[in-house]
Amino acid sequence: MRRAISLYGLTFSLPLLVWQLLFFVFPLAFLVALSFWTVKNFTMRPDFDPVNWVTMFGKPVFWQAYGTTVALAASASALASVLAFPCSYAITFKLSDSARRWAIFLMVIPFFTSYLVRVYSWQIFLSDAGIVNVILGWFGLGPYSMLNTPGATMVGYMTLSLPLVILLQLFSLVFIDRTLIEAAHNMRCGRLRTVFEVVIPSARVGLVIAALFCFILTFGDFVSPVYLGGGDPTTLSILITDTTKSGQQWPRAAVIALTMIGTLLAVAFLAVRFAYAGQAKGARK
Amino acid sequence: MSSEAINRNRAVDWSLRAYIVLSYAFVFAPIAASFVFSLNSDRFPSIPLGHFSLEWYQAVASDPLVWQGLGNTLVIGVIVGVISTLLGFGAAYTDYRYNFFGKQVYLALALLPPTIPVIIMGLAMLAFLSRIDLSGRAISVIIAHVVICAPFAMAIIRLRLSQMDPALEPAAWNLGASEWATMRHVIVPFTKPAIFGALFITMAVSFDEFAIAWFVSGLNETLPVKVLGFLQGQVSPRINAIGTFVFVISMTLVILAQVLLSGRTGPTAADKE
Repeated sequence: MRRAISLYGLTFSLPLLVWQLLFFVFPLAFLVALSFWTVKNFTMRPDFDPVNWVTMFGKPVFWQAYGTTVALAASASALASVLAFPCSYAITFKLSDSARRWAIFLMVIPFFTSYLVRVYSWQIFLSDAGIVNVILGWFGLGPYSMLNTPGATMVGYMTLSLPLVILLQLFSLVFIDRTLIEAAHNMRCGRLRTVFEVVIPSARVGLVIAALFCFILTFGDFVSPVYLGGGDPTTLSILITDTTKSGQQWPRAAVIALTMIGTLLAVAFLAVRFAYAGQAKGARK
Repeated sequence: MSSEAINRNRAVDWSLRAYIVLSYAFVFAPIAASFVFSLNSDRFPSIPLGHFSLEWYQAVASDPLVWQGLGNTLVIGVIVGVISTLLGFGAAYTDYRYNFFGKQVYLALALLPPTIPVIIMGLAMLAFLSRIDLSGRAISVIIAHVVICAPFAMAIIRLRLSQMDPALEPAAWNLGASEWATMRHVIVPFTKPAIFGALFITMAVSFDEFAIAWFVSGLNETLPVKVLGFLQGQVSPRINAIGTFVFVISMTLVILAQVLLSGRTGPTAADKE
């Protein structure tokens, strides 16, 4: 039933549209404009000058941060996918229905705890006199300095992303047709081979989307690199906060932010293409 | 489900189960530690534990800035929850009922904001809101939080609407009810659990959001922004006390939402059992 636009319909559909246009699309569009503004005597003025783009792209520190951020986020996505898979696999295939429901409920809890508090908590574990070093000391090992290393950043990234990756993987695994697995077993396909040739290809879309979300989350996170990684090496997110908070260089921060959005869009596009490429076999090329 | 018949190797089964436990241990270790050390006397927490103490809670409770932050967080969270739920309901109903040109774009606007990194949203919001003289106030945080919270409300309510018999609404019209009356007597009562679920979830999301709030709040800091301040400056176990307190509030909201969403969903949920 198709109807003309009615007052009734607009009452429900318009408010969100207006809000997101005003406060989501406009700010992002304004960011584009802002990146062409100039700063003179500590005040910003509207302009159309590519100077910020030229300055930022000409800075070695920017490209170093860019490389670091991409490398960290990519490793985090790979690591989170590998670490999460056995867990989501086991929850899907080795737990009873009610145990699975509990497992899912428990995995949702971290989303409603403060990420900052969890990062501070990791400082307690990883500091020089922290819990991990004390335990290692009982075995005559250490102490190792673990805080302010890329490894600590990675621990923070896993804290941030692992619950989401596990849940997303879980939801793709649950919907696998189990008769496929049984068929593979009946044809004497080995356990691991079944996982790699039946389970993973069937859940491919979900697994790639999970990795993509991990990339998005860690790519923009500034808390772990600062408070666990010690701020060194610098990531793009640290560069944004420093550039924004330390004065009127917002146009330059806008350049960094837009570069990040561009990168994320490209990564998301490639990931989605890769995820669905296997689905239409032969259709590719 | 007959998955038991598929795999029989006990050693593999048990090591996979052990792996589940390990994964959950990793995820919950920082949450549990924060709770334990909030009740511990040491200034620089580690093991062995010091003695039991409430000093961090007392320190937090006697800090007027924390109370002010908590007040801001609560007021902002409630307002954000209400607005997000209203907008999300409208969008969910639009998606459920109407087909129109550009619907994909509409849905993208309704669902995409949480996937933009908060730090970029923070910067964009700060730049835009200060341009229209709305930055550095409580309302700035509200505006920004609704942008990222409304999609959650929309998703939750949309899920409930998808469980509704599509013939229900036309049936009410055929019986002479106006669209508005149908909305009031059929749709809203049916989606009520999801509406309250969405309200509590969006409040909880707003309670914990610190990055955008940090950028736009100015002097009206919310509690999570305060925690960020503690992390930057005088790191102390007070963070644990605040964290535990906020955790209790958030979990109360989430559990309330959970009870509402699963407890009285009617025949659809019961059919699956």
